[in-house]
Amino acid sequence: MLKNLEEVRVFMERINLTPGLAQAKPIRDSLKEHCGTDVGRCYQCGKCTAGCPVAFAMDYTPREIVRLLQLGLKEEALKSKTIWLCATCDTCSTRCPREVEPAKLMEGLRQEAKAKGLVADKRLDLFNDLFLQLVEKYGRVHEMGLILKFNLLSAQPLKDAGHGPGMFLKGKINPLPHTIKDNGEVKQIFARVRALGGEGK
Amino acid sequence: MKLAYYPGCSLSTTGIEYNMSTLAVARTLGLDLWEIPEWNCCGASSAHLTNHLLALALPARNLAIAEEAGLDVAVPCAACFARFKATEAAVKDSAETRATIEEVIGRKYEAKYTVKSLLDVFVNTVGLSQIKTLVNRPLEGLKVAPYYGCLLVRPHKITQFDDPEDPVTIDQIMSAIGAEPVYWGYKTECCGAAHPTVVPEVGLKMLKSIYQGARDAGADCIVTACPLCLTNLDMRQKEVGEQNNTQYNLPVFYFTELVGLALGHDPHTLGIDKHFVDALAFLKNKGFLNPVQNRRDSE
Repeated sequence: MLKNLEEVRVFMERINLTPGLAQAKPIRDSLKEHCGTDVGRCYQCGKCTAGCPVAFAMDYTPREIVRLLQLGLKEEALKSKTIWLCATCDTCSTRCPREVEPAKLMEGLRQEAKAKGLVADKRLDLFNDLFLQLVEKYGRVHEMGLILKFNLLSAQPLKDAGHGPGMFLKGKINPLPHTIKDNGEVKQIFARVRALGGEGK
Repeated sequence: MKLAYYPGCSLSTTGIEYNMSTLAVARTLGLDLWEIPEWNCCGASSAHLTNHLLALALPARNLAIAEEAGLDVAVPCAACFARFKATEAAVKDSAETRATIEEVIGRKYEAKYTVKSLLDVFVNTVGLSQIKTLVNRPLEGLKVAPYYGCLLVRPHKITQFDDPEDPVTIDQIMSAIGAEPVYWGYKTECCGAAHPTVVPEVGLKMLKSIYQGARDAGADCIVTACPLCLTNLDMRQKEVGEQNNTQYNLPVFYFTELVGLALGHDPHTLGIDKHFVDALAFLKNKGFLNPVQNRRDSE
C-alpha cells in the first residue's frame, strides 16, 4: 500500500495538472453518458475504499481511480489492475454519500480498456471471454469445460485438479456440455449485438 | 401459486443440491415452479463486464418466454437474479432500450411481470408463518451465520429487496424453522465470485475474512442463497484453512436445504450429501437426522 502511495506521489510530481484539468471536462461528460455516474460529485472521502473487499490487492484504490478521472488522467485508470480486480460487489456504490457509483465506472473502464487493448490482468479477461464463448456455442455454461480451458490457457493445467474427483463423485460436474436443443436464438443474440457495434464477446 | 422458474447453469452442476432442495421444498410449500423451457445462460458477470447490450439481452430472452406464459419469475441464483433485475429495470426505464433489446432477442418483452429471488418468494409469497406451520423438525440449537453476499441486495435500487447493509430475510427464515441466526459483520461481504478460481492470491483472502467472521460470531455453520458463494465457501474452505494453519469446520448450506430438513425431508433428497465440508456428519452429530413424524419424501 505504502509502495503504491509512493508510486502515485512520484507519478503525480511528474505531470503538469493544468492541461489535465482542461481535459477533465470532456472525460467527465463522457463517463456520465457511458457509465451513468458523475465523478465530479466525489469529494474524496474514501468510504468506497474503506468498504472495498479487494482494495488490498489493487494498484489504485477505488477513491484514487475516481481522483484520476477527476484530473483527466483516464489513461492511467484504463491501464490499472484495479478495474480488473474489482469484483463488482457494489459495496462502494451502495455506500457513497455523493451517489457516485465507482462499480459502474470500473465496468465502463474495463469495457473501454478491452476495446483499446489495455488489459492489465489477462486472467480475468480470459475467463470472461471463455465464459461467453461457451454461452454462444451451447446456450449454457459448462462449468467443467470452462475451468479446464481456463487453467490450460492460463498455463496452470493442474490448478484445482484436486477438486475434480470430489466434484465428479458428488454428481456436481458432468463431462458433457450443457446445452439447449436449438441454440440458434442465442447465437442470433450474439450476432445482432456485434452488428449493432458491440464487440459481443 | 404458480411461478416461472429459472434454475440457471450452476443449479445443474456445482449447485445441483440447490435445485434438488428447491424443488422438494416448493412442493411442500405449495409452490408450482414452471421451469422456463429451453432457458439460456444469463451471461452472469462475464457479459456485463464485457458488453452492456449483451448483458441485457441474454436474460431478456428468458424473461420474454416467461412473459408469454404470463408469470412472475423466481430465480434461486443470486448472480442470475441480479442480471435479470438489471434487464427488467432497463426495459422499464427506457422505451429505446426496450426496442433495442426486443430487436436483439427477436421477441417481445415489456417487463410486465416481476423477477423475484427465491428468498423473496419464501418470505413474501409463501410467508414466514406458513413455513413455521409446516415445520416438523425444528432445528433448535443450530447456530447459523446467514450469508447474503452481494448480488441479492445490491444495487438496492435495482434489486428492491431487503436492506443492502443489514439484510434480514435469511435470518427470519432461520428463526421460523427453529434455528438461531447469529449477528455478524460479514453477511454482505463479497466472497470474491470468480476470484478464488481466477486470481486465487486475491480470492482466497476474501474468503478467509468470512470464515473468521462466522467463527468469531459463534456460528456452527453458514447458510446462503447463492450457488457461487456456496461453492467458494464450501470447496475452498480446507485450502484456506491450511494456508492459515487452522480448520474452520463450518458446513455451508443453502437456505432451502435447512428449510427442507426442518419440514421433514430426507437429507439425501435435498442433496445435503453433496457438500465438501461434511454437512451430513455435522447434522447427525447435532441430532437433526433422527427420524421424524410425517416424513415428506413420499409426497
